Amino acid sequence: MPGKPKRILVKGNEAICRGAVAAGCQCYFGYPITPQNDIPEYLSKVMPKLGRVFVQAESEIAAANMLLGAAACGVRAMTSSSSPGISLKQEAISYMAGSQLPAVIVNMSRGGPGLGDIGPSQGDYYQAVKGGGHGDYRQLVLAPGTVQEAYDLVIKAFDLAFAYRNPVMVLGDAIIAQMMEPVAVREVEAPPASEDLGWNLMGKGSRPPRVLKSLYLEDSALAGHNALLREKYASMEKEVLYESFMVNDAELIVVAFGSIGRIAKSTVRGLREKGHKVGLLRPITLFPFPSAVLGALAEQRKLFLTIEHNLGQMVDDVRLAVRKHADSFFYGHLPGNLPTPDDFEQPILQVMGVAR
Amino acid sequence: MNRYQDVIIAGFGGQGVMLIGTLLAYAAMEDGQNVTYMPVYGVEMRGGTANCTVVVSTEDIGSPIIHHPRSLIAMNRPSLEKFQPRVVDQGVVVINSSLVEMELAQKERLKTFAVAANEIADALGNTKMANMVALGAYVQLTQIVPLEAVKQSLKKVISPHYAKMIPANEKALQAGADSVGP
Repeated sequence: MPGKPKRILVKGNEAICRGAVAAGCQCYFGYPITPQNDIPEYLSKVMPKLGRVFVQAESEIAAANMLLGAAACGVRAMTSSSSPGISLKQEAISYMAGSQLPAVIVNMSRGGPGLGDIGPSQGDYYQAVKGGGHGDYRQLVLAPGTVQEAYDLVIKAFDLAFAYRNPVMVLGDAIIAQMMEPVAVREVEAPPASEDLGWNLMGKGSRPPRVLKSLYLEDSALAGHNALLREKYASMEKEVLYESFMVNDAELIVVAFGSIGRIAKSTVRGLREKGHKVGLLRPITLFPFPSAVLGALAEQRKLFLTIEHNLGQMVDDVRLAVRKHADSFFYGHLPGNLPTPDDFEQPILQVMGVAR
Repeated sequence: MNRYQDVIIAGFGGQGVMLIGTLLAYAAMEDGQNVTYMPVYGVEMRGGTANCTVVVSTEDIGSPIIHHPRSLIAMNRPSLEKFQPRVVDQGVVVINSSLVEMELAQKERLKTFAVAANEIADALGNTKMANMVALGAYVQLTQIVPLEAVKQSLKKVISPHYAKMIPANEKALQAGADSVGP
């Protein structure tokens, strides 16, 4: 149909790749791990054909440091992995945050701890949102709930990374990675020509040297640096994204992100059909967190139930957001079990019954 | 008017259940509907059974994973035994009666349909097309998407290398549809 964007049927992993290619990603550095292997597989075919860079590194650590190097040159670059591999990348992510380097990291998370399994899990919320590496830093965290969002948010991740000169993580899971959905795709952009962004390394020539570093030993230099970072992190607040579904007249609001958010949406629909006043708030940005909207809902004396595919992590942020007027109950679906809408029905009804 | 249908498609690895799941998903997209396709992958695949879940709806889709499906295509006995108890009352169940005894069907509770998928495919010259026969029957019974959209989608999901197989697969889809209805 004329005017309508082209729709393709792809799995989440491929949508991530197509989004990165469309966003003008110039370099990809990866290392295999299930359930994200479709990403390096796809990009190994496509990137060289486009004259761009694909490197299968010797390890996750190497891939993350290659990302750091590309970012220092002001190049649009990405790495991806799954939970255990993302742990290995944390040192480089901390250095990139400290050095204010723009980079995109995709985590298609799997069950843990340790090697866990290859199924879905949200066990990496703390790692993604609270700073998985050492030191006092934040990264923007985008959590797609659909394959379309996986595509759109990767594109957005590149823009945010460069707008804030900061690492951006796209946090999916094995469900988003492996499921297929139609995706409306846009024209592929060529990577931007190498340009002077005022900070990137591109050959000194005759200008004064630039230094990209995270080491500040001079008296009070690190404090000054941290003050700048604090200001930057606070300014990210305006990037908050969330989906709200049937919250206006809801007595109870389910708070859930990513694939669990969309699964809970089915539960909410089913309970609505039975006359229960339930709504859903699905954070799309996990940092910054949609605290303000949750706080406003709490003021309306609503009940909250946080549902996660872990033992309870995001619930901390929900409780902080609603603390002036409310609290949040919690239901944790155990990683290792595949969640379905039926699993969330009783926990919701229990809270509505117990609390009223 | 919102329309919603979901289906678990299950069988032995190699029976092409993932292929017909993808084909159905593609046809739903071409038909302008929303659709999700969720494969079960990993250890379960190596055990010999494979299954996928397809959800088709005119409104946006919540869960791509369904515990109590509204319909089922069971290509072999283990699949029927595993998933039939979970199908909602009056759900549509297409059973490959070439490989499954119909006595196992819960005929009172569900709308069960015997489709001799392997025999019909054999008659068309290739037993491997039993999956297409079953999908044709399912599409005819549920009207989840137009059969024509499924046929048109074959060229999108069958790799160009096997393009010469498309006309035969179209016939298998049609034969499946014809086997259950007008």
